[in-house]
Amino acid sequence: MLECESLGRTYLSGGRELTVLKDISFRVEPGGFVAVVGPSGSGKTTLLGLLAGLDRPTTGRVRLDGDDLGRLDEDALARLRGEKVGFVFQSFQLIPTLTARENVQVPLELRGDGAGSVADELLARVGLAERGHHYPAQLSGGEQQRVALARAFSNRPKILFADEPTGNLDATTGAGIIDLMVELNRDLGTTLVLVTHDLDLAGRARRTIRLADGRVVGDSAS
Amino acid sequence: MARRELRAEAGRLGLLVGAVGIGVAALVAVNSFTENLQDSVRQQARALLGADLAVSSRAPFSATVEAVLDSIPVVASARVTNFPAMAYVPRTAGTRLVQASAVAGPFPFYGEIKTTPASAWRELQDGRRVVVDPVLLTALNARVGDTLALGAGRFLVTGTLTNLPGDVGVRAAFGPRIFIPATYLEETRLLGFGAQAERQAFFKLRPGASAEALAGRLRPELRPDHVRVRTVAEDRQDLNDLLTRLSRYLGLVALIALLLGGIGVGSAVLVFVRRKLETIAVLRCLGATARQVFAVYLTQAAVLGLAGSAAGALLGVLVQQALPSLLRGLLPVDVQAAIAPREILLGIGLGTWTALVFALLPLLAVRRVSPLAAIRRPYENAPTDRDPWRWPAAVVLAASVVALAALEVGSWRTGAIFSAGIGFALGTLWLAAWLLVRAVRRWFPARWPYVWRQGLANLFRPANQTVAVVLALGFGAFLLSTLFLVQHNLLRGLETSGGPRRPNLVLLDIQTDQAEAVARELQARGLPEYGPVPIVPMRIISIKGTPVTQLFADSAATVPGIRRRRRDAGGGGGEPSNTWALRREYRSTYRDTVVASERVVAGTWTGSAPAGATAGEPVSISVEQDLAGELGVTVGDEIVWDVQGVAIPSRVTSLREVEWARFEPNFFVVFAKGRLEQAPQTLVALTRIDDAAVRGKFQRELVERYANLTTIDLALIQEQVERLVGRVTLAIRFMAAFSLAVGALVLVGAIATTRLQRLRESVLLRTLGATRRQILRIALAEYLALGLLSSLTAVVLAAGAGWGLAKWFFDGRFWLPVAPLAALVAAVVGLTVVVGLWTTREAVRRPPLEVLRV
Repeated sequence: MLECESLGRTYLSGGRELTVLKDISFRVEPGGFVAVVGPSGSGKTTLLGLLAGLDRPTTGRVRLDGDDLGRLDEDALARLRGEKVGFVFQSFQLIPTLTARENVQVPLELRGDGAGSVADELLARVGLAERGHHYPAQLSGGEQQRVALARAFSNRPKILFADEPTGNLDATTGAGIIDLMVELNRDLGTTLVLVTHDLDLAGRARRTIRLADGRVVGDSAS
Repeated sequence: MARRELRAEAGRLGLLVGAVGIGVAALVAVNSFTENLQDSVRQQARALLGADLAVSSRAPFSATVEAVLDSIPVVASARVTNFPAMAYVPRTAGTRLVQASAVAGPFPFYGEIKTTPASAWRELQDGRRVVVDPVLLTALNARVGDTLALGAGRFLVTGTLTNLPGDVGVRAAFGPRIFIPATYLEETRLLGFGAQAERQAFFKLRPGASAEALAGRLRPELRPDHVRVRTVAEDRQDLNDLLTRLSRYLGLVALIALLLGGIGVGSAVLVFVRRKLETIAVLRCLGATARQVFAVYLTQAAVLGLAGSAAGALLGVLVQQALPSLLRGLLPVDVQAAIAPREILLGIGLGTWTALVFALLPLLAVRRVSPLAAIRRPYENAPTDRDPWRWPAAVVLAASVVALAALEVGSWRTGAIFSAGIGFALGTLWLAAWLLVRAVRRWFPARWPYVWRQGLANLFRPANQTVAVVLALGFGAFLLSTLFLVQHNLLRGLETSGGPRRPNLVLLDIQTDQAEAVARELQARGLPEYGPVPIVPMRIISIKGTPVTQLFADSAATVPGIRRRRRDAGGGGGEPSNTWALRREYRSTYRDTVVASERVVAGTWTGSAPAGATAGEPVSISVEQDLAGELGVTVGDEIVWDVQGVAIPSRVTSLREVEWARFEPNFFVVFAKGRLEQAPQTLVALTRIDDAAVRGKFQRELVERYANLTTIDLALIQEQVERLVGRVTLAIRFMAAFSLAVGALVLVGAIATTRLQRLRESVLLRTLGATRRQILRIALAEYLALGLLSSLTAVVLAAGAGWGLAKWFFDGRFWLPVAPLAALVAAVVGLTVVVGLWTTREAVRRPPLEVLRV
């Protein structure tokens, strides 16, 4: 499903080169649930960005469902994301000017099928059937993240990337979000890649990849 | 604190500095150039007379007159004798009526008589030489080097006139001008007893001497000898109306440029505040009071405003310096770019003040930033609308705009009207934006493709930019189109009184039996014919029953000849007695319609004598109002005319105001139809021939065929006037282009106000799978709607404003040019879309992660 090979990313910072990731290689099988863990600054989010095609690596390559991301241009990457990838971010990243329902609908609309029933179903599934007409600012953090989750699944992605999805939530709400993700992973067969520094959370994944200083320092099934 | 903050933000506030700077540059350049322009037109007005003071008389100056003239404190003086004469070139046997001038002394003192070759004027006094109007050479089939006979005198043609300042008198039309040295005037033996000649004396006064005061002293002394005194100020009279209008207009242009700059500041500060929300929240968390935070940013605005103004003033001076050299090839007269320190200081002061005042309202939001925002980023705007300080800030802003307008236009009332107009425009724009938001929400096109729906939906979503952009964009477009409309109408007004389709050739003394033949001549050449208009020569026998001989019995001397037609003649207290009006030969006409260049101001126009009226019954006449004043007649009074020996009684039934400035056959006295048809008369016709050589050739052919015909070429006069108008027109256009540049910057600023929010959204959409095309189309839909609404509202408002300005401010008529306005709308929409897409471009180009991580 997802495969990366000798992945590296270097930034120019204040005129100096800063290596954030170095020589990362691993594979994730379809339907898998992988947690990427590591302390702050270990390169977790950077890795996620590269895997999802939101950024381009300095060295190495990424294959996502058979496509070599390095060979795709920005629009092709966008289409690929629209069809196969879902995202959940730490800071929710809902579009503030759209209602909850519209936010869930966006990926479908972009693809050209604007069936509203899918959005309603997904909102019901995350327990927000009654809140569809509310704007993000009118929702609590946990509710916003549930909308984000509904949005992430609206295009029935093959793979879901979640970047510290519970980072801005209290423990109970966070656990609820993870439960939802696991449930969807199970029901729809979606591959999950979860980035977190929370080892308890990572414990729920079937496999854990540990990062430190931009390198893989551990890869274990749990 | 302000300084530290500023250092951190250096370079990011280019828009703020740029908006103030360009506004001030426009102000300084426009105001300084206006000052320069006024100076140079003032100088040119002096060149029109050629001297500080001139006196003229139909008779040779008497000993008493000479004694008075000797008392004038002069630096230099010159004498010119003008007389009509037939010029004859023996080589080609061509003859032509000319206006000859015999010059003694260094005339003119101001301006320059230009000749080809250039040395011809300087060397005129070196022998029996003559410098002639090029039309004369064409008419006589002659060339430079020929001998020209004038009476008994023989002169060598050494050059042709290319520019003759001051030659705008109607007198100049009675034949091509030629100049000879006064030394050889006697040899012509043309100024014998009874000859018509005008003696002029020109004076260059000592510095500091007031020509007007001197003229006031000289007039009573010279009046008994019927010597006319002219000063530059009086000759400038006709130019004054035009100049007043132009300086007011340029003042408005400058003001609009500055206000556009102010709007630029406003939107820049808005962006700035949004970007600074978190910094401010953190500052508040660290214990800064709202007042401290506000003071920090207000100080920043002032410092940046001052810096921008100073840079702008410098740029303005550069632009102003570059102007004359830029326009030199096009302007016959140099506009001297003198540094105007007052305008520079004023510009910097006003620029800083404008920056402060326009920054005030958006900066108020800073005071309302809650420390909470440091923890939780609010999506909604800070609630500025409940801030009680908003009202004082708005009042200060409004008062400042009124004061600025009053300062530029020079009247509190006009300043207030101008500002009220601006307030009304802003209100209307706000209303239009509000209606749009409501309308889009109410009738949302649910079946349109997603990108269009998303784009349109952005118009009414929370934290939308609709009102902000419509206000800024619409106001900019409103100012620009108002500017354009006013300019268009001013120029159009000038064109009707001096457009390219005016006649430039007068055919005089056409006999009634020649009228048809002349009309055919014109027709055969495809030339337009204006007229023919009948002219009946006549004199006054009696007014209100009193014989004219008795009326001027107490006046021993008489002043024969032609009086220069002046619009303000009636009001001038310094004019000689009315004997000329009583004694002169009138060239009157008869017709049943009022022509375009005149207006009935008293009584009722009577076009024709009643049918069956007997010959003894008075015929209705219409008298020019100033002449009526001099004759002492009004509606209802009776005048008896001597028309070639036949006494014709008449009754004044109306008075007219006549626009003498128009080159059309105008008349002091117009008779109703039905009485003069059988009287001996000649006809006058007008036509237009663009090519000077062709015009000369046509005149020669006509005169050859119809020996009695006289032709008058108006081209010289017209060209002089057109050159002046064209010069001023160009200056206006240049200034307007300057404001357009500021306007474009403000449009960018207005759209940039919501750029950050759009950027985040677009990137998010891309993360969710939107292609570039989709992102750009969403932006296109939104900016297309914004651009259309703003520009259309603006144009409708501008049409109203332009109409009002034309009607009440410039006293002119109003035309609505549809095509240029449509082009303007298209341009504003196009610009909005381009700028909108340009700001979206960043979201499309950068990898999504970069923005998401921020």
